[in-house]
Amino acid sequence: MSETCDLAIIGAGPAGMAAAATAARLGLDTVVLDEQPSPGGQIYRAITETPVRQGTIFGDDYWRGLDLARAFANSGARYLPNSTVFSVDSRLEIGVSSGGKARLLQARHVIVATGAQERPMPIPGWTLPGVLTAGAAQILLKSAGLAPSGRTVLAGSGPLLWLLAAQLQRAGGTLSAILDTTPRMTFGVDMLSFLASPYLSKGRALMRETKQQIAPIDRVTGLRAEGDSRLRRVSFTDRSGVADHIECDTLLLHQGVVPNANLAMSIGCTHRWDDAQLCFVPTLDTWGHSDVAGVSIAGDGAGIAGAESAAERGRLAALDAACRLGRIDQATRDREAETPRRVLTKYGRGRAFLDRIFRPIDAHRIPAGDTLACRCEEVSAAQITEAVRIGGTGPNQLKAYLRCGMGPCQGRLCGLTVTELIAQARGKTPAEIGHYRLRPPVKPITVAELASLPRSEAEANAVARQ
Amino acid sequence: MFHRLPDLADAALVTLTIDSEVITARPSDTVAAALLAAGHAACRETAVSSTPRGPYCLMGVCFDCLVTIDGVGNRQGCLVRVREGMHVETQRGKRVAGR
Amino acid sequence: MTEHDFAVIGGGLVGSAIAWGLAGAGKRVALLDEGDVAFRASRGNFALVWVQSKGLGMPEYARWTRASSDAWAGFAQELREETGIDVAHQRPGGFSLALSEDELVRRDTMLKRLHNQSDLPYEIMDRTRLQKMLPDIGPEVVGGAYCPLDGHANSPRLLRALHTALKQRGVAYLPEHGVDRIEHRGGVFVVHSGTRTVEAPRIVLTAGNGNRKLGEMVGLDVPVRPQRGQIVITEKAAPFLNYPVVTIRQTDEGGVMMGDSLEEAGFDDRIGLGVVGTIAERAVRMFPLLGSLNVVRTWAALRVMTQDGFPIYEESRSHPGAFVATCHSGVTLAAAHAKLLAPLIAADGLTDDFTAFSAKRFHVSSAA
Repeated sequence: MSETCDLAIIGAGPAGMAAAATAARLGLDTVVLDEQPSPGGQIYRAITETPVRQGTIFGDDYWRGLDLARAFANSGARYLPNSTVFSVDSRLEIGVSSGGKARLLQARHVIVATGAQERPMPIPGWTLPGVLTAGAAQILLKSAGLAPSGRTVLAGSGPLLWLLAAQLQRAGGTLSAILDTTPRMTFGVDMLSFLASPYLSKGRALMRETKQQIAPIDRVTGLRAEGDSRLRRVSFTDRSGVADHIECDTLLLHQGVVPNANLAMSIGCTHRWDDAQLCFVPTLDTWGHSDVAGVSIAGDGAGIAGAESAAERGRLAALDAACRLGRIDQATRDREAETPRRVLTKYGRGRAFLDRIFRPIDAHRIPAGDTLACRCEEVSAAQITEAVRIGGTGPNQLKAYLRCGMGPCQGRLCGLTVTELIAQARGKTPAEIGHYRLRPPVKPITVAELASLPRSEAEANAVARQ
Repeated sequence: MFHRLPDLADAALVTLTIDSEVITARPSDTVAAALLAAGHAACRETAVSSTPRGPYCLMGVCFDCLVTIDGVGNRQGCLVRVREGMHVETQRGKRVAGR
Repeated sequence: MTEHDFAVIGGGLVGSAIAWGLAGAGKRVALLDEGDVAFRASRGNFALVWVQSKGLGMPEYARWTRASSDAWAGFAQELREETGIDVAHQRPGGFSLALSEDELVRRDTMLKRLHNQSDLPYEIMDRTRLQKMLPDIGPEVVGGAYCPLDGHANSPRLLRALHTALKQRGVAYLPEHGVDRIEHRGGVFVVHSGTRTVEAPRIVLTAGNGNRKLGEMVGLDVPVRPQRGQIVITEKAAPFLNYPVVTIRQTDEGGVMMGDSLEEAGFDDRIGLGVVGTIAERAVRMFPLLGSLNVVRTWAALRVMTQDGFPIYEESRSHPGAFVATCHSGVTLAAAHAKLLAPLIAADGLTDDFTAFSAKRFHVSSAA
């Protein structure tokens, strides 16, 4: 017998916490499953338990997560930390692994709130020890009070780069360099909308604060991490085309975030290529409901929109779930949705502008030569191009040819790269190429855990041989 | 290289080993954080080509911080918290079945 | 004159092996294939090169399987020389393991009959003997059957090696050419894929479960149906399993594959936790040390099944020059398809030896 609930929410970041608080208030038996030991997701990582006393280093936006965490804690929703969801099937049966034991949970509705992950940045040498994502550095800062020491270089583009730079500086750290890969800004009508964005003044303030301590090297291209068994230096080409390098111990890479879509894809939710955000995003209705009955997606997993929007999208998905499960009527759902929708509109202003100016450059997304596209199986860009030459048309055929995407990360760190590489080699769009087909378990579980799962007689008989 | 901020909440440190080295860590640290705090940028050599790798994303996505924890191989160091007396081993190549 | 001597329809292991052989015989070949998303047994198989359970009830199939198994090493070497790709073929002999006396007796009975029919070499081993060759078996394993002819290979790499070689041999590999219509006009087959056509005087249908529909277009009865099989694979482990077992094998890369199921599920190729869980449970009982390994993937694929489980090789009577080749053992039979079947098709067509593989066998009255 599996456990049951009305609503299962996967992920305890802003979307998951807000959805849980809303759903529990409306009387849904709500369970929140999260891989981390404490709530917050990555943006509000360790919000309830950061060891850092000088909270100001994180900025006000981080502490806003505390309100969400408190509302969640007081909501009555069941919270299962350290719980990895490895599968959700079309009947909404959820496979959960916790403490080395697997079990099943039967939900009537599921909200996938698995958030975002760093966009892969497959530059030469990106697998060297000493190269981490900027997000990783931020996680270490929030959860362990750890800051990079020694010579540290921050490279890439996007708002998080500046936020991290400011946080590290406030924490007393020094950066050897900021290598800004953002191309020269061009103006467009989308900028008018950004003028009304709450992010405008925040972004400006962060950049001003950072630049007081360090002058970024801007319009950098050709990033390479170099070293033998670990990072020794980063080389690059500056805006005037001159090659340069910096000796360093730690290189923090960032070029935006993309939906952490593996679970949703494995459930069968249709995703489409978003050419503005350069990633696959799920096809959803205005409440976040996907094309799989009973499965909604909220937060950055529904398309990158930031933490504030994530919380509102979580609320909308929860309201819709309550309505579908008969807890509230449509009129109530629509009325309660008014405030979240207003906030969403506010934070949605200027997103197109941000996506455009921080669009990562092709060379740092679509590698060439020996640069690894797939870190797990160590498949290079050149191998992928060669596989296309012998007739490979898409990522699934390339999995068979080369094993790319078949390692433990299951394509999280190579999926977009491989799609774009194939598209480039074939002269097609990423939308035409598509993504890896994903299957459960989307996170590794042991053979013993899999073996422990309940089964029907028919399922057992399907395997009996001889 | 990573260092602790000077002003952190009080916590009783835990002691663990990384291979033969004894280190201390904060109880809320993950194994990956403890490794980095102890100066280990690398934690394994890959199963494919035996090249060194270390923690990369710290959020459970990349599977590069795989280590052997208390005898169990290929665990994601960034998703497991340290415990007093824990034995962490760095890995060389493929995992050995049965451990 | 057409640009191609042959159009082979279906670019999986069966079609690719035949196309390779046809090109080797000097034929100009077009190989039409579907795109990235298709039902591809070639991507979902278990990669055994297997003899010990094949052909009970059809001696010709047992012989054919054995011929392929014998030809495999040379085939693999040729591919390596041609492409530099090692498809990791090994023939150490293989096992089937029994978790109860009952299972062992049934296995023995089946193999004994196969031995009597086709002189299959095999040996039933008790636990003690098994342990010498498979030291990690669990306490529930009561015994097993060993056949020295069994082996395995790296089947996805085989697909890449074949496609690489096809390119070198000048075969026109045409992916994203799903076929919707075939016409026969003046001795030439016109194969339609959307608005595109490929013409050739002879065609070979190798489209797996797609052969049923394609066959109808050229007067061939191809009664195949999909049968689902699910498979589990672990992370890479240091080598510990030196022999393939019919449901468990360690790949040359280190991953341990566990299979498989037999399910009538139509064209549904989704996995189910209950089935992969059962697969895992049986595997752990056979080799307890598997329990702590991490599963990194599961998948399901659709076998191409006939009523009796045996292949169909046939030339159309109404449309001479149209052949069908279909089986559920595209890996085991790859060497036979490439080295034995293709040269026949390239020359004068199938010999009398292949009469037994005709689909007519499904229409013989049982009262006769």
